[in-house]
Amino acid sequence: MILLEVMALSKEFDGLRALDGVSFSAEGGKILGIIGPNGAGKTTLFNLVSGIYSPTSGEINFQGKSILRLKPHQISRLGIGRTFQIVRPFSNLDVEMNVLVAIGHRFYPSLWESSGPFRQPEILEEVERFIDRAGLRSYAKQLAKNLPLGIKKRVEIARALALKPRLLLLDEPSAGLRFEESTQLMDLIRQVRDQDIGILLIEHNMQVVMDLCERIVVLDHGSKIAEGSPEEIRSNPQVIQAYLGKET
Amino acid sequence: MISGYLITILITIVIYAILAHSLNIITGRAGQISLGHAAFFGIGAYTAAMLYTKAGFPFWMDVPLAALVAGIVGAILGIPCLRVRDDFLAITTMGINFVVEAIFLYAPFFGGAMGIGGINLPNWLGREMTKPEYFVLILVVLVLLLLLDRKLDRSWIGLAWASIREDEQAAATMGVDIVRFKVLAFILGSAIAGLAGGFYAHFLTFIMPQNFGFGQSIVILCMVVFGGIGTRWGPILGAIILGVLPEISRPIMEYRTLIYGVLLLAMMRFQPGGLLGSESILPKFFNERLVSRRARSDS
Repeated sequence: MILLEVMALSKEFDGLRALDGVSFSAEGGKILGIIGPNGAGKTTLFNLVSGIYSPTSGEINFQGKSILRLKPHQISRLGIGRTFQIVRPFSNLDVEMNVLVAIGHRFYPSLWESSGPFRQPEILEEVERFIDRAGLRSYAKQLAKNLPLGIKKRVEIARALALKPRLLLLDEPSAGLRFEESTQLMDLIRQVRDQDIGILLIEHNMQVVMDLCERIVVLDHGSKIAEGSPEEIRSNPQVIQAYLGKET
Repeated sequence: MISGYLITILITIVIYAILAHSLNIITGRAGQISLGHAAFFGIGAYTAAMLYTKAGFPFWMDVPLAALVAGIVGAILGIPCLRVRDDFLAITTMGINFVVEAIFLYAPFFGGAMGIGGINLPNWLGREMTKPEYFVLILVVLVLLLLLDRKLDRSWIGLAWASIREDEQAAATMGVDIVRFKVLAFILGSAIAGLAGGFYAHFLTFIMPQNFGFGQSIVILCMVVFGGIGTRWGPILGAIILGVLPEISRPIMEYRTLIYGVLLLAMMRFQPGGLLGSESILPKFFNERLVSRRARSDS
């Protein structure tokens, strides 16, 4: 089933085309890799899908409906969760509160409901489940700012999962992690995929991309230059050229 | 019998405590800096004064209406504030303060530089309320506001404010409607400041535009920062200390703004969390004493 459809999407910043007519689609329970050299427009794409930017032209459909005019909080409530390239947990809140903020997406739309207390037994049980799922049990009461990078990334994923998303956007989850940390995180990402959640994965580590992704979209200078299975991408001359430069 | 002088100080401190608490909702809870909070204090005071002296409303009606009007103006002025952040927000709110003060000063309707007089303490039991009774009344209001603060802090609203304070964009991607919760903080903070203004007008019996200028905003901010921004009791403690300080010695009164300024600088440098902030000296000191006492009683 097609979850996300991106059609001829473009974004200009002061005349600079950060994204130029990109189209692709993503399915539930599959991991779609988004790769490309620095400045290719990968994070811009994520910011467009999550509503932080609005596109110059093009269309984004989620579960068959346009999300073009929606605000970030509306898009997240529809079921699109994301993490950030440079981690952004709520630093001065503990891990439990970080997850609670996302659980609150069900209550925020009504002023009356949002005036109720968040420390209720069934809510805290739910939080615990998300914390356990992300392997954060021993960190639940620690402030996010005091955690190592690998754990902060898990907090971001736990928080995004608490939105009960259908689609998850992961922006360079393995960047800056040690090998073991990165391997553990990849296991977590696989578990998420197996729960029928669609994943868009921006990643620079080719090993990770080739291992995890069913399909890969390659961006370069804002345009899509290739799309296909890991094997096809690996042997695509245009991709090799984008990464290694042209032979002269 | 409590002396008239003492009761005057006590009432002033409670009014400042309500004010500091109201700014803490906007700046401490929702993380939106405001350098113009005295504007809403003034809007409340002038609303109460006008309704009382010109329209003949009783205290019990003009003060709630003062809160309502300040809250509505807070919502309207909060909207342009939504588009700006941090330093731009600081300048915008400062501008609002100057505009509001100027309107009170230059519009003859509001009494101009002479201000408005003849505002009395409220009547009850068929006579005018005494100052100690007035003190108890506003103290009860302060306690109720602090109970409301505790309820909000434990609610999804409090959580949404905390997330906005931490990282607006990340909060939005977690389903937090930034605009709604920011406006809510502006409305609530402005309305409570308006309430304090109503109490202030009826206590002073005479108000002037200068009472609600930029300097006053800084005094309120000092109380919040000094006591502990974002904590429940910090702004109250700040209001007590900075309210009592100028009264205990005349020299301090004369150099009030200088001392406040130096205090603010020193706090920013050494105790940015304020006296009651989570990583400050006082809470640490008490926690350690508590722990050591427990350890002793265990052994």
